[in-house]
Amino acid sequence: MADTFVAELRKTPLHARHRASNARMVPFAGWDMPVEYSGITAEHMAVRTRAGLFDVSHMGQIEVAGKNAAAAVDRLICSDASALSIGQAKYSGLLTPDGTFVDDVLVYRMAPFHFLFVANASNVKKDFAWITEQIKAVGDAAAVDSSTRYALLALQGPAAREVLQPLTGVDLSEIRPYWFANGEVANARATISRTGYSGEDGFEIFVPPNMADKVWQAVLESGRSADVIPCGLGARDTLRLEAAMRLYGNDIDESTSVLEAGLDWTVAWSKKEFIGRDRLVEQRDQGVARTLVGLEMMDRGIARHGYQVVRDARPVGVVTSGTQTPFLKKAIAMAYVPPELAAPGAEIDVDIRGRAAKARVVPLPFYKRKRT
Amino acid sequence: MAYPTDRKYTKDHEWIRVSGDTADVGITDYAQRQLGDVVYVDLPDVGRRIVAGESFGSIESVKAVSELFAPMSGEVVEVNPRLKDHPEAVNSEPYDSWMVKVRLSDPAAVESLLDAAAYEALVKE
Repeated sequence: MADTFVAELRKTPLHARHRASNARMVPFAGWDMPVEYSGITAEHMAVRTRAGLFDVSHMGQIEVAGKNAAAAVDRLICSDASALSIGQAKYSGLLTPDGTFVDDVLVYRMAPFHFLFVANASNVKKDFAWITEQIKAVGDAAAVDSSTRYALLALQGPAAREVLQPLTGVDLSEIRPYWFANGEVANARATISRTGYSGEDGFEIFVPPNMADKVWQAVLESGRSADVIPCGLGARDTLRLEAAMRLYGNDIDESTSVLEAGLDWTVAWSKKEFIGRDRLVEQRDQGVARTLVGLEMMDRGIARHGYQVVRDARPVGVVTSGTQTPFLKKAIAMAYVPPELAAPGAEIDVDIRGRAAKARVVPLPFYKRKRT
Repeated sequence: MAYPTDRKYTKDHEWIRVSGDTADVGITDYAQRQLGDVVYVDLPDVGRRIVAGESFGSIESVKAVSELFAPMSGEVVEVNPRLKDHPEAVNSEPYDSWMVKVRLSDPAAVESLLDAAAYEALVKE
């Protein structure tokens, strides 16, 4: 199992902590990251029922600032950046002219003329080059890759607020979902965002890298009585899949459009211009050839990324993500299928290593938390 | 971690316990830890011939699917019924969770496999 490239992998500010805590480490997007601490199932259940703490410092940050920053960001993403308030965040697509994904990002409006993108680790370099190039046409806006300036922790789960609150003077009940506030956590300067990638309530906390370990320890200490545990990328993946949140590189990429991916809700059609708009309008009016759906396996077996979707022994689509979910205790998957097979209830087969296993189309998301 | 000395091991992290001309086959503690939470074990039917070094089934954890490789050749005479509903037993009791019982075509071939000490040295690398 020895990986000769380990030395070249990047390390987050919490790397030593993960190693010391005996987390199982794997290479991910060029980083040496914890895939699990106590086991994916236990970590998944902790987030659904209590809370779990994730190191997501591998995620990148790209900032766009300048007098025309809003116009620049509006050109780059399919959502309405100008409509964001200071302190508000939005999930959106950074699109190619074909309406497909350069990346999917969270866009934060930090100040009137200052936006911050949180980008996928594997895409940061590409995004930065793309953003830099595309905002030239707008002028009076500049982009900076500030990924190394932030460590990013995610505390996710129903107990997240009560665990985090004792560590900060910011009134967390005042931060609505997809909003954020600047303040401190465990005496570290922090941006606290009510966002996440788990389908639960929770917070993502941006802190200076040299404070990351202190904040990590403080959150776990504060969460001790609530049995909050550290979690790895494995549970992050099963959690996001239950919540049907798309994963770049699996469910979406430069070959899949926003509408095919079922992310129409991110598109601000009222915006006269953004990269990819013409193609998306075309798809909106004429329809798409395939669409992302949820599948639930009826036969035994788990559909995995890349497996073929089959109907009447003919390949009609492809599975993009799949797992056995610890919380719902079912084998679920997302797949691209033709629109005529996309209605919930439709039955198809998945080719599981040569065996046709029956599956049924179900509505997304698979899991939706009860809002209080 | 102590590896039971009543059986032999492969480089692919299976164990095999030979008794006369039949043997139980499972995966090692090291293997189950690498896999993480096991959720499904896909095993051959009774009567299937399996061939040393070739895949005879697969094991799925939450994360991924892995092939199971036959340590020795023979015919499947029994499949562990418990694993159908309790695949997690592979994690909790890897050395009691045999997957298949095989009637060996060449019981003497067991000598070419790793003993506990050699296997332990292998996974320590």
